[in-house]
Amino acid sequence: MTALAGTGQLVRLALRRDRFVLPPWLLVLGLLPAGVANAYEQLYPTEAMREPLTATVGANPALAVLLGPAFDLSTPGGFTAWRLLGFHAVVVALMVIFTVTRHTRAEEETARYELLASGVIGRYAPLTAAVLVSVGAVTLGGAFAVSLLLAAGLPVAGSVAYGAALAAAGWTFTGVAAIAAQLVPFARTSNGIATGVLGAAFLLRGLGDASGEVGWLSWLSPVGWAQQLRPFAGERWWVLALSAVVAVGTLGVGYVLLGRRDAGAGILAERIGRTHAAPSLRSPLALAWRLHRGSLIGWSIGVAISGAAFGAIALGIGDLIGDNPTMREIFMRMGGSEVVIDAFLAQIAGMFGMIVAFYGVQAALRARGEEVVTRLEPVLATSVTRLRFVTSHLVFALVGSAVVLLAAGLGAGVAHGLRAGDVAGNAGAMLGAALVQLPAIWLVVGVAVVLYGFAPRRTSAAWGIAAGFVLLALFGPVLNLDPALVDVSPFSHVPRLPSADVAVAPLVWLTALAAVLFAAGLAAFRRRDIG
Amino acid sequence: MDDTTPAIAVTGLTKSFGRTRALDGLDLTVTRGEIHGFLGPNGSGKTTTIRMLLGLLKADGGTARLLGGDPWTDVASLHRRLAYVPGDVNLWPNLSGGEVIDLLGRLRGGLDARRRDDLIERFDLDPRKKGRTYSKGNRQKVAIIAALSSNVDLLLLDEPTAGLDPLMEATFQTAIQEDRAQGRTVLLSSHILAEVEALCDRVSIIRNGKTVETGTLDELRHLTRTSITAELAGPADGLATLADVHDVKVDGNTVRFDVETAALDEALKHLTSVGVRSLVSQPPTLEELFLRHYTEETARANGKARRP
Repeated sequence: MTALAGTGQLVRLALRRDRFVLPPWLLVLGLLPAGVANAYEQLYPTEAMREPLTATVGANPALAVLLGPAFDLSTPGGFTAWRLLGFHAVVVALMVIFTVTRHTRAEEETARYELLASGVIGRYAPLTAAVLVSVGAVTLGGAFAVSLLLAAGLPVAGSVAYGAALAAAGWTFTGVAAIAAQLVPFARTSNGIATGVLGAAFLLRGLGDASGEVGWLSWLSPVGWAQQLRPFAGERWWVLALSAVVAVGTLGVGYVLLGRRDAGAGILAERIGRTHAAPSLRSPLALAWRLHRGSLIGWSIGVAISGAAFGAIALGIGDLIGDNPTMREIFMRMGGSEVVIDAFLAQIAGMFGMIVAFYGVQAALRARGEEVVTRLEPVLATSVTRLRFVTSHLVFALVGSAVVLLAAGLGAGVAHGLRAGDVAGNAGAMLGAALVQLPAIWLVVGVAVVLYGFAPRRTSAAWGIAAGFVLLALFGPVLNLDPALVDVSPFSHVPRLPSADVAVAPLVWLTALAAVLFAAGLAAFRRRDIG
Repeated sequence: MDDTTPAIAVTGLTKSFGRTRALDGLDLTVTRGEIHGFLGPNGSGKTTTIRMLLGLLKADGGTARLLGGDPWTDVASLHRRLAYVPGDVNLWPNLSGGEVIDLLGRLRGGLDARRRDDLIERFDLDPRKKGRTYSKGNRQKVAIIAALSSNVDLLLLDEPTAGLDPLMEATFQTAIQEDRAQGRTVLLSSHILAEVEALCDRVSIIRNGKTVETGTLDELRHLTRTSITAELAGPADGLATLADVHDVKVDGNTVRFDVETAALDEALKHLTSVGVRSLVSQPPTLEELFLRHYTEETARANGKARRP
């Protein structure tokens, strides 16, 4: 098998390079489910408290859109699977996407691959090594989660199903990433394509889970399959076969595409460019626009479509609740179906806030990316000052985030408004609900800027901190954490429009804190060495 | 600031990265209008020096003046008057070469459009290709054209021709000579000795972050040995015992030896005392000159100086 020659060595190289990357992912992933299961015992100690959960909390479509279908919330395992599994599968998918890209396309993009390829390395060896590392990591991570769930005293079948659901999501997205890595010559774009597929998968199951009308949509999503395996709620093992088939199929496509292209090239062809620069390409901001526009436009379109999809099902949510007597009673007491729809829309706005924070981090760290690949030096060797350079990128982190949020709000508001018969009112309300997320996003971007100024080699920690804030806000309460700790996350302070009123104070101090972080980070950047 | 201040005046520059001492009291003076060769083994501190002159790195100690200004604080005003070619050029993947040339020129404050088009033709560059699709040599050409087509006083070139073929190397040398005729100052870091010999008025050799030699090539040659082959009237006894005479080989009445420039007079007197029939004297080649400086560093780093 000369096509696979050297795979073993590449696997060892990948493991060596990832020795500080994969273990933290796996550790957090393994600890979370057991943590939620333990917290469940404390939050709902008695049978009387557990029994009605499925019919009340579980039937709330505003939660279903984010978390997934509730099958049985009366046991710690069933509750954990509902509360965590969908999100957990997304994180696992992100891990494998980044892992596969890092060891395939990113290596080719830098010239490192050629150094390796000139040795005794088969054509399919790098992809095979990346797939082995990725599949191995998720399988190990799944097994780790299983062992901790068992240690927490949960049933064997459910624990194994939970771990298997995670691993299966990882296998599927390993295949997706393997295809994406062949399509385009840039690691950033292949990551973007694969995470776009993941976003679509999350969107499909959110729509399917929150609305009875289009429940079948959940079955188009690998994230949905993880939940439909029903760990701790009458496991349906055959669902695993779906993931396995798709994983094998996507991997096969990846290998075929790899066999048909040149090293370093993509499947999609390069276009020829301009002889002279357009007159407008004459400032750092114009350059930044060229570098950011693809990502900004892609994100805006993506969230606008997602927002519209969620907005379109919002009206049906009230009807869905109408079928459930207990829920109907609760919501009538709270103020009727209007309240449910507003809560659902607030949940959507909050979800977009957290997602767009990652766009903000990505846009801010682009400035560091330019520095790492030594494209910054020629720019700073012109009369462009450091401050002008960095602010031209940060504009996209700050204003770009607002644009993406507005696209999401507009999509959701218009789609909901069309069905509810009040486009202007609903669009306005959703734009407001989207915009109040901005100060929290700016704060997350501020953390990235501080790292950029003071610890440029550690800027990727910004991703971890952003993810930590999201985890705290989403799972802090259900993990029964100290409220003071949950409050560390800026997302815990965002007013939940349109179901709650605007609280100005947190918006002001979040913005002020973000401004302080920006000032400190930029001051440090002006003084540090470049490189 | 008048034209008599040096274009670059660096004294006692120091810089450490963690425990590594990159620059250890470096001195460098480049006068206006000259092409100054900047030589030294890999890792000797050439790129670090240029990056400090560009204000990308902050000095730990020593002083650096560039065109009469401070490279760390007067960034924007100084950079309008200089252009830089990095040793490893990385272009934006979604910008064409032509766009990069125009952009960098505009960011500096304007470029000479005729010179740009002329250079693109002479360097045989397709400016429509996107950054990623260029070979190393073509990426290098983009950076060279961007730098040479701007109206600046000073060019900082860090191994600019590392990826160029011999034809393009010749084009580069012609273009630099045109710049010299325009009165521009050039600091040229290079390992290509023929290029240095063809272009440079003066050179500085550094190793381990310190300047070890500065001067014109002729001056540097004087610091080193001359090879002598002589046919004598009789045996040249005692030649090997003279100070600063090395590698003496005797073949009948013919002797071959190397001698330090300072001891040349003494050695020739010894030969004429025996009687000289024929004499061939060879000045050291540039290669020998540099190899001597470079290998001494390796020897020193290994803790055993080759010569006392």
